[in-house]
Amino acid sequence: MSISLDSGKLLFKTADWDFDTIRRIDEACQEIAIGELGLNVYPNQIEVISTEQMLDAYSSIGMPLFYKHWSFGKHFARNEAMYRAGMQGLAYEIVINSNPCISYIMEENTATMQALVIAHAAYGHNHFFKNNYVFKQWTDADGILDYLEFARDFVMKCEEQHGADEVERLLDAAHALMNHGVHKYPRRRTTDLRTEEKRERERREHDERVFNDLWRTVPGKDNGRHDPSAIERRRALLELPQENILYFLEKSAPRLQPWQRELLRIVRIIAQYFYPQTQTKVMNEGCATYVHYQIMNRLHDKGLISEGALMEFLRSHTNVVFQPDFDDPRYSGFNPYALGFAMMKDIERICHEPTGEDRDWFPDIAGNGDHMAVLRDVWANYRDESFILQYLSPRLIRHFGLFRVTNDSEESHLKVEAIHDERGYREIRRALARHYDPAYFTPDIQVVDVNLAGDRKLMVQHSAMNRILLEEKDAQLVLQHIADLWGYNVALTEVDALAGTVLKEHTAKPRPGIVPLENP
Amino acid sequence: MHIVDRRLNPGGKNLANRQRFMRRAKSQIRKAVHESTAQGSIKDADEGGEVVLPARGVHEPQFRRSAHGGFRDHLLPGNKEYVPGDKIPRPRGGDGGGGNEGSPDGEGEDDFRFALSRDEFVDLFLEDLKLPDLAKRRVATVESVSWSRAGYSVTGNPSNLALNRTVRNSLSRRIALKRPKPEELEALRAEIEALDESDERRPVLEAELLRKQRRTGLIPYIDPLDVRYKRFDPIPRPVAQAVMFCLMDVSGSMTEHMKDLAKRFYILLYIFLKRRYKNVEVVFIRHTHEASEVDEETFFNSPETGGTVVSTALDEMKTVVEARYSPDAWNIYAAQASDGDNTASDNDRTAALLTNELLPICQYYAYLEVGRDAEHFPPGFIRRESDLWQTYATLIKNGAPMAMRKVGHRRDIYPVFRELFAKKTGVEVEA
Repeated sequence: MSISLDSGKLLFKTADWDFDTIRRIDEACQEIAIGELGLNVYPNQIEVISTEQMLDAYSSIGMPLFYKHWSFGKHFARNEAMYRAGMQGLAYEIVINSNPCISYIMEENTATMQALVIAHAAYGHNHFFKNNYVFKQWTDADGILDYLEFARDFVMKCEEQHGADEVERLLDAAHALMNHGVHKYPRRRTTDLRTEEKRERERREHDERVFNDLWRTVPGKDNGRHDPSAIERRRALLELPQENILYFLEKSAPRLQPWQRELLRIVRIIAQYFYPQTQTKVMNEGCATYVHYQIMNRLHDKGLISEGALMEFLRSHTNVVFQPDFDDPRYSGFNPYALGFAMMKDIERICHEPTGEDRDWFPDIAGNGDHMAVLRDVWANYRDESFILQYLSPRLIRHFGLFRVTNDSEESHLKVEAIHDERGYREIRRALARHYDPAYFTPDIQVVDVNLAGDRKLMVQHSAMNRILLEEKDAQLVLQHIADLWGYNVALTEVDALAGTVLKEHTAKPRPGIVPLENP
Repeated sequence: MHIVDRRLNPGGKNLANRQRFMRRAKSQIRKAVHESTAQGSIKDADEGGEVVLPARGVHEPQFRRSAHGGFRDHLLPGNKEYVPGDKIPRPRGGDGGGGNEGSPDGEGEDDFRFALSRDEFVDLFLEDLKLPDLAKRRVATVESVSWSRAGYSVTGNPSNLALNRTVRNSLSRRIALKRPKPEELEALRAEIEALDESDERRPVLEAELLRKQRRTGLIPYIDPLDVRYKRFDPIPRPVAQAVMFCLMDVSGSMTEHMKDLAKRFYILLYIFLKRRYKNVEVVFIRHTHEASEVDEETFFNSPETGGTVVSTALDEMKTVVEARYSPDAWNIYAAQASDGDNTASDNDRTAALLTNELLPICQYYAYLEVGRDAEHFPPGFIRRESDLWQTYATLIKNGAPMAMRKVGHRRDIYPVFRELFAKKTGVEVEA
């Protein structure tokens, strides 16, 4: 082996590092990320933390400050016990979608690992956070840290004023509904007067244009315009049906105190902040992994890191993108790093060395020679579901040996529906993409109606997809939380999404504790 | 770019969450602590450590899709042999189809291991016990004496002579009294020798030499006034170490149940002592008709056969104390567990050994008579007390500072433990 590196240029020579090393690594990474890959990132802030602090961050969903709740203590205890027992390693980094973008790096990492982490988090994730449309739409990177501080202080103040138990009960209930506390579609913005006026004018012009006096003579059921029924009015008033259960309770639960509504709102807003992450896992990790792979290799090309460091990086990288087969005992679903990285590398290949098949499947990008432009566009404008639906190539399907199996409880056997062959590509791609659709992996539960005239019973409905019902014990517990917040009875109906038939019903009565009850 | 070093931030950020969690799961943690002490070894019991909590009580419910029924769709990597249309028999253990998809949190949480710090552990453990405070004070005030330097004195043992200080005193006295230095005398003598016999200065110098020699003789080099000795003062110091003797009869008549009861008692005593002393050592002595010191594993688990002669164990304990645990330096605690059998001829010797040799050096001596779990006697039937019980009862009647109890069931262990210490306090108050 010929080593002709000028060791004077190396960013670091041993595993040890100090702040100056980190600074030099960051500068070198930045040169490649911005200059060569054309990334667009928030300013970086790198924070060096200890193991205990990493465990801390783990338990509060990675955020640097958070309100206090027993469940975070539980997660901390569990993680700590697993870590101490050696059953679980810690992540090398945690990165926060904020402006400036905060990356935590662990003090125990070697210099090579710090370079990897900086390339991965401070440039890969950072670019994705800043440019991806889902994040742009849903999260406010400038305000999140301030908001968390407000949330922490507000919860503390509530605990002082109303007692820790009261707050804990409310947060328990809110946490149970956290997955159903997000708006999945951008809500209608209230229009300003100018647009309102313009719209009204257009509507009038349209009426004049299509006016035909003949319509007046057509006999109708009754003469006047018929009133929307009471039920429609009520639904419009309460914005029903509503799939954001926390939002509904915050706005409409009759007996909550203002501070209780504010707590629900805090949990809801934090849930909303994390919502983009759940639907961009593959892309986010794919983007970060691709970026660190490029940067580390370029650092080596430029003689800034040694052969040894490159080997250390590759070992770690290979572990990260390892995808066990389905029959491997280590298999636990798709590894988002593996899938994401493979797809990014595949796009690079299609741009530069397309096969005939690629030209058929991806006529837009095959052989266009500028993979970074394509990738930047992909990172900005897709989420996991649409990304896989658009860019999973037949070659990758073959590479992973993907196949689709269906399991119908009414059949005695599982059935292989499609495999990685000409007939199966499209079906597999469509099916895999669907697994990454939030509408697919969270059950569809909506508030559908309230009996305002009678006992104020709240009607909640689960549209059961593919006849899969809710896990009963948990459903009952969560429903109990809804009832406690609502203050009146609640009924949950599980309805077959296609046939509309009722499959199962649950009910819950409120317990005293959160809101005062009418008939204790 | 900023680099911030957060390592210096105060740790324990999660303490408040942890306390909230502990409060929430208190009853379960407490139960787990008690269970873990029943399984663990005696020394481990106090290390804090892991307890396993059932996930149920601290479960965080979510709306989740059930893992059963319905129509499911799996996409799996790594196809090797399947072609479309293949039928695969449903894997055993449910209809999951090999995939772990579904809820991202995983289907149902496992029980999880939870590490308690030593303090949390002991607090929870003793919280239940409600040990009387008096008992603790009794143990805490035990003291011994150590010696420490405290300046100088004019009297003392020659071995404590403070040489430096003595010579210093002597030097200053010699200077103050103008004792001629040997060099001066030497110089004077040389000067005289250098002069002629007839020099007129000679008689003057000789007179001077004579005067100085006389002065040297009068002023001693070291005077008894100069001598100093190092002074030591006695400092009372609590003895920070304790040794706990576990004596147990392991003859055939001791069942597993009885040993279990004894073990629980030893654990309690160990934890209790550990709270008071930095260093607690445990000595296990088992006996049949002969006694030997063994390790914990052998003590509890390996069966022995033979007769029962209690005094052998006491002898062994005495030997061990003499060899390794001087009562001056160690607080000695002993707990004896037995089913009460003893060879009749040995009772007198046992009593004598205890009264004369062991009780005077022990802080505490407890005798625990373990019985069978379900020993029921018809009403009106008076059970004959065991040999050992009768012997010890006589001792206590005569004022021996020891305590004894009978235990038949696990649930009696804590109350008995409490009682024993309460009684001990009473004895001391009287004394």
